[in-house]
Amino acid sequence: MKILNKKNILSILAILIVYAIVELLTHLGVIDSYIQLNLILIGINIILAVSLNLITGFTGQFSLGHAAFMSIGAYTSGIVTAKLGLPFIVGIIAAAVVASIAGIIIGIPTLRLRGDYLAIATLGFGEIVKIIAINNDYIGGAVGLNDIPQYTNWTWTYFLVVLTVFIIYNFIKSYHGRACIAIREDEIAAEAMGVNTTYYKILVFTIGAFFAGIAGALYANYFSFIKPDSFGFMKSVDILVIVVFGGLGSISGSIIGAIALSLISVFLQNIPELRMVIYAVILFLIMVYRPQGIMGNVELKLFNKKGGLNGYAGSK
Amino acid sequence: MIMEEIIQQIVNGVSLGSIYALIALGYTMVYGIIKLINFAHGDIYMIGAYVGFALTTFLKLGFFPALILSMVICAILGVIIEKVAYKPIRNSTRIAALITAISVSLFLEYGMMYFFKPDTRTFPSLLPDKQIKIFNTDAVLDIKNVYIIVVTISLMLLLQYVIHRTKVGKAMRAVSLDRDAAQLMGIDINKTISNTFAIGSALAGAAGVLVGTYYNSINPLMGVVPGLKAFVAAVIGGIGIIPGAVFGGFFLGITETTISSLGGSLYKDAVAFAILILVLLLKPNGFLGKDVKEKV
Repeated sequence: MKILNKKNILSILAILIVYAIVELLTHLGVIDSYIQLNLILIGINIILAVSLNLITGFTGQFSLGHAAFMSIGAYTSGIVTAKLGLPFIVGIIAAAVVASIAGIIIGIPTLRLRGDYLAIATLGFGEIVKIIAINNDYIGGAVGLNDIPQYTNWTWTYFLVVLTVFIIYNFIKSYHGRACIAIREDEIAAEAMGVNTTYYKILVFTIGAFFAGIAGALYANYFSFIKPDSFGFMKSVDILVIVVFGGLGSISGSIIGAIALSLISVFLQNIPELRMVIYAVILFLIMVYRPQGIMGNVELKLFNKKGGLNGYAGSK
Repeated sequence: MIMEEIIQQIVNGVSLGSIYALIALGYTMVYGIIKLINFAHGDIYMIGAYVGFALTTFLKLGFFPALILSMVICAILGVIIEKVAYKPIRNSTRIAALITAISVSLFLEYGMMYFFKPDTRTFPSLLPDKQIKIFNTDAVLDIKNVYIIVVTISLMLLLQYVIHRTKVGKAMRAVSLDRDAAQLMGIDINKTISNTFAIGSALAGAAGVLVGTYYNSINPLMGVVPGLKAFVAAVIGGIGIIPGAVFGGFFLGITETTISSLGGSLYKDAVAFAILILVLLLKPNGFLGKDVKEKV
């Protein structure tokens, strides 16, 4: 199979065209800083949702601590860029690496647990990370870390989103991805067929944490200010909601979910308390009437019906 | 001096533990019967506190009438939540059920904020401000501690009676053991599940009123942290097991006050969750749980 076939070239073109259009509109002043803020937030949410979908949607490991990895990434990048004064790329790489190490450390003991118990253990892990951050004076304690240089822009966000989707999509379509889906469908049967379930669960957790770390770095270097409370239980729930809303096991679903829920929050922004009530009602209605999410586990195809690389391009 | 300190901390720990245990009982009963982590349970406790606040402030009721009315209202609320929100998703996946529970929790929290303002309210002091010295030492027993502990223990004895000596309790035990078999024996599943929610929510409502009178301040998000902690307590004791929830609640309460008195109050929440993870790893069925072999 050639890498430069017609489909892939079309996908790359589509990706570049979307980028160019947004860039052009920014220069023309159609996209103001408010729209740009929301575009970047959507991008960060896409990275978080796609990486959590790998863990929860494709491998079936129920995690309620994804925001903790984001927080580790955000603080790492904050320290690297603000305290050590290193360039953004170093911050992003450090954030991803440190978050994935945390993923390994947490994954090895907790992934022996299943279902609800794993969810609770990851929830506990998330709270522990938050409390440690609150009590650590070097990173600002409960007040938060200030004066992080603002490096994140549309270009960084967009290409990191593309990178995340590209890597995770290809991982799922590979031999390893099929092993993960086998674990989701039936762990014992997968083990009997020779799938090393522990290895794959930890691998998936690590990859998920890696990208959550990147999302954290983008977040920290966009808002220049982070505090432990931003990455609590509610943030993990937010990410999980995007994944379930879009459809467990559908990357295009996660992308659509991230865009849709971010837009819903934007529209309801002026009524903060009522916003959460409406959010809760929407969630509830989806769970009752369409529990498989908007996309189920189907990928959106743009160019042809025979599968391929363009699931992510289709929903842009 | 040290002895007094220890007694004082035990009293505080048992009071805090009583609250956790009351909330944990509801968690554990609901989990035992429909295998759902009812995230909204902590918010029912919050609503219990608000109902108690309204009854004592606007209707000028005393402590016991407010406690009982609040329990009744919370029981009704629990049944409504079960009928409206959890019944439609009873046969869906775990993750869908969990997200529904989270959505109910958000609805209650922010609904309260929207309709009754997000401010912290001052709960009227209902109990006499009396302190009793223990064994002629300097350790003091606040009358509020006595009320909390006595009310909790009476409610637990009552629960024990309901579960082991009445038909309702027998049906609950049967449904949690095997739902299909219970149905075949003629037990009304829907009614039993409603009863479980009613009892669990009433206990949470009682905990809300007790906390309101003890700390004198309530707010719409007060249920989040105690809710999670009570859940930790339920897991420590073995989720689905009623004595386990009581044990876990007291264990967690005493551990937390001990850590606070040793100077680690900033880390007490982290310790609670660290204990949770350790328990899950070493004894996933809790201290009082039985090992269940996995079948294919």
